[in-house]
Amino acid sequence: MVLDEVAKVRVSTMINGAPMELLLAPYQSLLGTLRDTVGLTGTKEGCNDGNCGACTVNLDGRIVDSCMVLGVEADGKRVETIEGMATPEGLHSLQQAFLEEAALQCGVCTPGFLVSAKALLDKEPRPSEARIRLWLAGNLCRCTGYDKIVRAVQRASEAGPERS
Amino acid sequence: MHPFRYVRATTVDEVVSVLSEYGPRARCLAGGTDILAQVRAGGYELDAIVDIKGVPDVMRMDQDGHGLHIGAAVPCYRLYEDEQVCSDYPGIIDAASMIGGIQIQSRASLGGNLCNASPSADSVAPLIVHHTTAIIAGPDGTRQVPVEAFCTSPGQTVLERGEFLVGFRIPKPLAWFGAAYQRFIPRNEMDIAVVGVGSSVVLDASGERVQSARIALAAVGPTPILATEAGASLAGQEATPEAISAAAKLAREAASPIIDMRGTVEHRRHLVEVLTVRTLKKAVQRAREV
Amino acid sequence: MTITDKPAQEYQVIGTRPIRPDGLEKVTGQAIYGADVRLPGMVHGTTLRSPHAHARIISIDTSKATAMPGVLAVITGADMPVAENATVDMGEEEANLNYASDKLMARSKVVYKGHPVAAVAAWDSNTAQEAAKLIEVEYGVLKPVINVDAALAPNAPIVHEDLVGDDLGEKVRSTNLAKHFRHEFGDVEAGFKASSIVIEREFNLATVHQGYIEPQNATALWQSDGRVTIWTSTQGSFGARRATAGVLNMSESKIKVVPCEIGGGFGGKIGIYLEPIAALLSKKCGRPVQLIMDRQSVFDATGPTPGAKVRIKLGADDSGKLLAGTADLRYEAGAYPGSAVGAGAMCVFAPYRIENTRIDGYDVVVNKPKSSAYRAPGATQSSYAMESVVDEVSEALRMDPLEFRLRNATREGDRRADGPEFQRIGNIEVQQAAKESPHWTSELERDGPDGRKRGRGVATGFWFNGGMRSSVNMSVNNDGTVSLIEGSVDIGGTRASISMQAAEALGLPAQDVRPTVVDTESVGYNDVTGGSRTTNASGHAAYNAAQEVIAKMTGRAALLWDLKPEDVEFAEGVFSAKADPELKMTFKEVAAKLNETGGPLNATGSIQARGGAGSFGTHIVDVEVDPDTGKVDIVRYTAVQDAGKAIHPAYVEGQMQGGAAQGIGWALNEEYFMNDQGIMDNSTFLDYRMPTSLDVPMIETIIVEVPNPNHPFGVRGVGETSIIPPVPAISNAIYDALGVRLRQTPMKPSRVLDALRDKQDSA
Repeated sequence: MVLDEVAKVRVSTMINGAPMELLLAPYQSLLGTLRDTVGLTGTKEGCNDGNCGACTVNLDGRIVDSCMVLGVEADGKRVETIEGMATPEGLHSLQQAFLEEAALQCGVCTPGFLVSAKALLDKEPRPSEARIRLWLAGNLCRCTGYDKIVRAVQRASEAGPERS
Repeated sequence: MHPFRYVRATTVDEVVSVLSEYGPRARCLAGGTDILAQVRAGGYELDAIVDIKGVPDVMRMDQDGHGLHIGAAVPCYRLYEDEQVCSDYPGIIDAASMIGGIQIQSRASLGGNLCNASPSADSVAPLIVHHTTAIIAGPDGTRQVPVEAFCTSPGQTVLERGEFLVGFRIPKPLAWFGAAYQRFIPRNEMDIAVVGVGSSVVLDASGERVQSARIALAAVGPTPILATEAGASLAGQEATPEAISAAAKLAREAASPIIDMRGTVEHRRHLVEVLTVRTLKKAVQRAREV
Repeated sequence: MTITDKPAQEYQVIGTRPIRPDGLEKVTGQAIYGADVRLPGMVHGTTLRSPHAHARIISIDTSKATAMPGVLAVITGADMPVAENATVDMGEEEANLNYASDKLMARSKVVYKGHPVAAVAAWDSNTAQEAAKLIEVEYGVLKPVINVDAALAPNAPIVHEDLVGDDLGEKVRSTNLAKHFRHEFGDVEAGFKASSIVIEREFNLATVHQGYIEPQNATALWQSDGRVTIWTSTQGSFGARRATAGVLNMSESKIKVVPCEIGGGFGGKIGIYLEPIAALLSKKCGRPVQLIMDRQSVFDATGPTPGAKVRIKLGADDSGKLLAGTADLRYEAGAYPGSAVGAGAMCVFAPYRIENTRIDGYDVVVNKPKSSAYRAPGATQSSYAMESVVDEVSEALRMDPLEFRLRNATREGDRRADGPEFQRIGNIEVQQAAKESPHWTSELERDGPDGRKRGRGVATGFWFNGGMRSSVNMSVNNDGTVSLIEGSVDIGGTRASISMQAAEALGLPAQDVRPTVVDTESVGYNDVTGGSRTTNASGHAAYNAAQEVIAKMTGRAALLWDLKPEDVEFAEGVFSAKADPELKMTFKEVAAKLNETGGPLNATGSIQARGGAGSFGTHIVDVEVDPDTGKVDIVRYTAVQDAGKAIHPAYVEGQMQGGAAQGIGWALNEEYFMNDQGIMDNSTFLDYRMPTSLDVPMIETIIVEVPNPNHPFGVRGVGETSIIPPVPAISNAIYDALGVRLRQTPMKPSRVLDALRDKQDSA
């Protein structure tokens, strides 16, 4: 590795329920940390400036654009990514709903949408269509026109949080 | 990106100390939604970034008899998820709930919005019309500045070396106070304001006459503009469509927009007038509801 | 909703909605897209790009970058092999190799902002970026030309001194006009003379980008024996291989392209941008090198669709019959020749029978990034103009616009205005379905809340749909499942639609055909995933392979029964003896005995498919306009389209909805906002405004099925047509709401206000 002029920072964090000790360059984003340091490539980079939501993760219960958070800020916090959504028991009802409603075409925006939508349903189990659209406005999709994504969220909200 | 040092501060003095040491080569990190994009785009280089979110004063949000104290780094969602704040300060919530999308609102703060000093900042105009005071800490102690005086030109503020914005004090609204903020954007979310207008009114006890009014404009000048003449024009007037319309024309005159990729001069002036009418009406309606 | 031409054939798999085979990986974050590739010893590269739209490169000094600790390789245009001046078939695009190479890395001149001039490989991407900043380039800035008028003006700065233009067959030198062609039938002057209504209008469209969420990427490993492996998110691995081989002046057989999952393409990832650069960096440093484009470079330096100036003139008689039509299409090719103006000419008049037509197409070079295909490339531009003028003509005739379309609809046997004859097409059926749709037959409440006004508009689009070449391999597994090896990159669900066709042919459930998309060494040639061809052609190839499997399995069953193959038949997944129908075995049972009957069972299917016979689409849109701000909202949307046969209806609906949303963005807000130095000011997703979930309503879809005679199941292909109708439909709806016609995209709020003010002033 190249010698940086500044010291790396020690970070203790929890990623998808697993405790992690990391040594991070201060300027690395949380997105870069997840993809390159931790090796979780499910979270995607679309723009690197907070405008597309492809990098959405859940940080201490709030969804954020991980490209706009520094990796070092994860110290003492809980990070949840797409990789933490399914469990050995099965897919989250949202993941299942996205499959059943064909709510993805190229799939690159899908992790961001799932993380965002899960945060919504965790908070508001029965959102209206308008509320779903407002909540997801920070996630860009270029393939689907959003119709089936909204329907998938509605379907999952009717199904409840059970695993499939 | 030029490598920078990361400092997580826990006291005001720590922040002041880092900022004094590095001067313009250091910045405060609140939500990061402006600063990280700008550093990456090469807008400026930093040697240090000081994370202020560990400083209690900067994260406080509490009300007392005098008003509302909001720390500079309080993310927008904390504002609009607070029932009391929503009920007492809807004009500020208007802005807090429209900056970016949910992800941005998890991090972006009113303080960051002000310190970024973009002419199109959404939350500055409503703060102005709420008579908000900015509380600044620095090497010489703390001082206060009315929000309308905080920004001096695009990207520039009154902060001196070593100083940073700790928070805001918003006075408790008087009875018969109402405020609203609206902006014009081409989509329905995720855009920077082409024009933004914040209006507040204080009505008399009959609810018919305007005692005082404030109108502040965003994105139509190098800094947010307090349209003093327009606001003053309503004092003592009945809150009629004609009076509102006249005030809106004065607000239009107060604007000095430029042409850029988000809008032309003419359209911005036109939108100032339209949004002033709409926000004044809304402010009056809210004043009557209280 | 699906409307079929004939009584529904009984299909077991086709027309159902199974979960796509690659769905699990994609909803769990496990799918590997190009930027997710991680190889042992992999390092990172970046490009240095020109800040100028037009400039000579006077000198480049890379020494400081090379000297920086952590830098492993630096290249410039001088390191690029000299390509021959040959053309390469890329599918929906052709590439002149000289220009293709120059586009990837400039040698002596930069011709678009973002044009790469150097590239760096380093241990990590931050070091590579910091090193690139140390490369010193001296530019001699030249005046750029940024639209067709400026490019064609006398004394315009010339982008390529060596370009020889073709003006209706005549050679032209020292020009920015790469080509001017003409299609002409009948006598347009006579036609206009005989018309009682003649309307001529001009339209201007801004450059727009495909807007795929995933930026371009390439990872290359150059081995010491001269073979190169490239992992990339591409729409066509074989095309990428050919183009890379051409640019690097090496044999295709030395290059293996591994297609990764791809985060959107829409035509913009047919061409290559990073592959040869990654390869050369890898050659120089001996390690795998990964390059990923940043979003600004995607806007500046990949391939947006052409901006255009389009003139349409139509003449019709009192009965509503179109008698003559002319189209003048001037498209910006970008910095190198080759816009989609040809395709625009093929589609512009396609829905209408017009006896007398003349189409002039101009391919014009300007200092913008070289244009690339964008979903029905070229057709949206020409159709915006045509469908808007049709709206005016039908209004002048006081005819319902769908009735007008039915009156003039093309049908099988009619000649298209660029020459070819239509096969069986579903034009009339689509117009009819639109006319009877719940949307069209519903009352529109014209007054919205708070003074807003509503209007309704309609428009039609046509795309010819490709056929082209596909290859698949198939093998039968002992458990009765079938492995399907294909080479068609899956952008929107084609693993599902291709394997479903194989499953249908084999009488198997959809899940029992397991598709895999493989690299260029593991399957025969496949043309790009694009051109609306994949479900058609690759599905057809899979169907052919299935026929071979059935024939071979029949032989195995015969062997088991000691019969001749011709005494055994196969229907609905079951083999039976013709003489004794009680003697039967399922596909699974025969598969279980493969080892005893001859061993492995493999088959191939390949095809040079005939085209999809064209897909017509008509969209209906209700808009709500705020006359005080000019803001346009879409309140209701219906897309009608002829799919031929919807293999997986959900993915057909998805194509219709996705194209509609892109068209809505194109219509209302998307544009390259160029300053006069030829630089895009709005090169971020903040100011390049694509629709969010709040900007579109639910999009209703009506699938019409008029089978394609060239395909065993009637598949036409659907991917592209849906982007054509939205722009004119919205323009027509705004007219219906406000009485003003907008002839420029985007139809942004300021333009709506300007049009309203002009209308007021002239009143």
